[in-house]
Amino acid sequence: MYVAVKGGEAAIAHSLDLIADRRRGDRGLDELTLEQIDQQLGLAVDRVMTEGSCYDRTLAALAIKQARGDLIEAIFLLRAYRTTLPRFGDSVPLDTAHMVPERRISAAFKDVPGGQVLGPTYDYTHRLLDFSLAAAGERPTAPTAPADTAQALPHVGDILAREGLLEPAPANDAPPQDLTREPLSFPADRPLRLQNLARGDEGFLLALGYSTQRGYGNNHPFVGEIRYGRVAVGFVPEELGFEIEIAEIEVTECDMVNQFAGSAEVPPQFTRGYGLAFGHAERKAIAMALVDRALRGAELSEGADSPAQDEEFVLAHSDNVEASGFVQHLKLPHYVDFQSELVVVRALRAEVEKRRAETAPLTQAAE
Amino acid sequence: MPDTHTQDPAYNYAYLDEQTKRMIRRAILKAVAVPGYQVPFGGREMPLPYGWGTGGIQVTAAIIGQADTLKVIDQGADDTTNAVSIRRFFARVAGVATTTATPEATIIQTRHRVPETPLMDGQILVFQVPIPEPLRMLEPRETETRTLHALQEYGVMQVSLYESIARHGRISKSYNYPVQVNGRYIMSPSPIPKFDNPKLDRSPALQLYGAGREKRIYAVPPYTPVKSLDFDDHPFEIESWSECCALCGSRESFLDEMIVDDQGKRLFVCSDTDYCEGRR
Amino acid sequence: MSDTLLAPGLADPAHDAQRLFRQVLDAMSHPGRIVTLDDAPSGPGALSPAATAFLLTLADRDTPVWLDTAFDLDAVRSFLRFHAGTPIVTTRGDAAFAVVSFDDPAPLDGFAIGTDTFPDRSATLVIEVPALQGGAPRTWRGPGIDGAARVAIAGPCEAFWRECAANHASFPCGVDIVFAAGNQLIAMPRSIAVEA
Repeated sequence: MYVAVKGGEAAIAHSLDLIADRRRGDRGLDELTLEQIDQQLGLAVDRVMTEGSCYDRTLAALAIKQARGDLIEAIFLLRAYRTTLPRFGDSVPLDTAHMVPERRISAAFKDVPGGQVLGPTYDYTHRLLDFSLAAAGERPTAPTAPADTAQALPHVGDILAREGLLEPAPANDAPPQDLTREPLSFPADRPLRLQNLARGDEGFLLALGYSTQRGYGNNHPFVGEIRYGRVAVGFVPEELGFEIEIAEIEVTECDMVNQFAGSAEVPPQFTRGYGLAFGHAERKAIAMALVDRALRGAELSEGADSPAQDEEFVLAHSDNVEASGFVQHLKLPHYVDFQSELVVVRALRAEVEKRRAETAPLTQAAE
Repeated sequence: MPDTHTQDPAYNYAYLDEQTKRMIRRAILKAVAVPGYQVPFGGREMPLPYGWGTGGIQVTAAIIGQADTLKVIDQGADDTTNAVSIRRFFARVAGVATTTATPEATIIQTRHRVPETPLMDGQILVFQVPIPEPLRMLEPRETETRTLHALQEYGVMQVSLYESIARHGRISKSYNYPVQVNGRYIMSPSPIPKFDNPKLDRSPALQLYGAGREKRIYAVPPYTPVKSLDFDDHPFEIESWSECCALCGSRESFLDEMIVDDQGKRLFVCSDTDYCEGRR
Repeated sequence: MSDTLLAPGLADPAHDAQRLFRQVLDAMSHPGRIVTLDDAPSGPGALSPAATAFLLTLADRDTPVWLDTAFDLDAVRSFLRFHAGTPIVTTRGDAAFAVVSFDDPAPLDGFAIGTDTFPDRSATLVIEVPALQGGAPRTWRGPGIDGAARVAIAGPCEAFWRECAANHASFPCGVDIVFAAGNQLIAMPRSIAVEA
């Protein structure tokens, strides 16, 4: 009887001690530092910050350490911390055209103003286990050119839009709803959908985005461009009345350009899908852009028949903290409900037996 | 006597910040004003997982104070893991007195049961709710179910119960049995066994229901009629056992069944541990 | 105006607000019951302590407040802005909370009553009355009341109660009402039917 007895408090205390012990592992080995996690598991930190919707590398590293590398558990830890923080206000929208890029590529054009900047990526590596990493030792540092911080880096999409080939970027200065303070309601507008997708589980968005490529709501995508680098965060304090720079953060942005046949009102043109993530997270940003575009199916009269186009289905199931909790709550005791079911199933079976017993002689007589 | 505790000063009182509490308090008042209607609220991430009582915890955190005595039960028992965890949480962040005695409690947070001991005027029963929408398994879309509630169009629920009668000769729903509140909204009583449904009807206690993951709060004010759905020729009925509690001998309480040996020998004991201990 | 002229708000915000909220909840879940708010701050003069306490407990920058003429004073506006951060609005339909005089010619008119799909998107009115007792007794019935309650709020006229009946008839839409006098209040959610 793992729950029905007294002593639950002591058992729980022991369980807490055990998990803390297992987290530390072999005491003969050095303990991981938060700096090591930040520097050497940086992409994990990026994911935890993105889906935890809190930009703080040290806290994300702490969450990863505490969660023993379980990133969904780490995201949960960061979210639960974030939720109690006081809110000072909203930053002004990021100006990614003034990003200091580490990487910027377009798949739609061979060359673009500002050039193709490959930057750090696994894209061109051969996925061969590098056994030299198993040994300790210093690695050579990579040569870098100084970044051109003065030059704005125009978005490929805006160049296309000037020609009317791509729909204009949506102009909407209305303050967006805040998904972390108000419940999701349907139909959701695009700012709300994008918030949801940005916090959404990378694996879930990846699968949904993939499904659109396999015909479940195909939206004919081209990566107009993907860029990763540092951008300034601006804030207008009430008492100052003008914008000041409060931080610089790293983001990955994906502008997807999608075919569109046009409608009675609109001539054929390309349409947009958008993805944004903290840190370096191209898979997430691309998948998000695919799903964003798919969710515009109804708006663009393309129907909403596929899973990725189904707003309620996508937005209600994208959050891995919600999903992980509810899936795992099945571990909690349910024996009252199970007892109710036992009583009903036994009664139903008894009635079937009774009917069988009553009808059996009749069946024989008829034969 | 209740156990006393000291608040951990590292946290806001009852964990939530004041602005969040106000938002939840406003939602609770709306829920009381429109009994059985699910009020959307800006549910927050809590330090316990979604599906493990975050809705009930947020409701309790928004109402609890220094004058309260808190009881937490899961499956009717004060000592189940989840009940222990939630009680420890409030002892730590609210320094609130805790008890296992139903009559001593001013707030009772529960998962899956209503205590056997009748509740009193002034007590608040806080339910943890996994799926607040009673029509959800019949219609997965929120936009659709919201419209059905608006139009008071509950035929789909009647059809579902009737199909059960047609197939099995009786309504086979055993827990989370739908109710209608004050003749208007159809409501999920949370996954309590239908055995507990009659206790919701005209209860002197205030019932608050919190669904954290689904971000809904709803309520049944004291003395409000709560009717379990049924048909004239198939009236609502509750579970019964031929056995009595092996510990206290009760024939009136909800019994848990335990398998005590590998021959499948059964033992039946009260699910409500406080009620059972009080009778022994 | 300088802050030193402002009346004080809640002395111990977390605990005072909690106690006051529980009393408001007690009132809202027991319509017709007179609830005395022991911790109510005296407020900015024109507002009763009960109305002041109600707003400080529940209103903030997310909930615009509308003030009837008698309460639309600098002292009240500054008090609510400073202690609760509430936006003060001049259009009734924009308000989440409102302070209304019992003798307003159309006390319930123009406030948000929610929609059939979202009846919660409605306003809550604090109606300042001379007294919660001593008026013509009426019978209240509905959720939160064991059978019937006799309530004799002093001040509002017949036309007021006809508006309340219309409000109840639009259930689940409608406004919720809190009657305030001194440091006491009575709640009348939209679910309550009032008979003469």
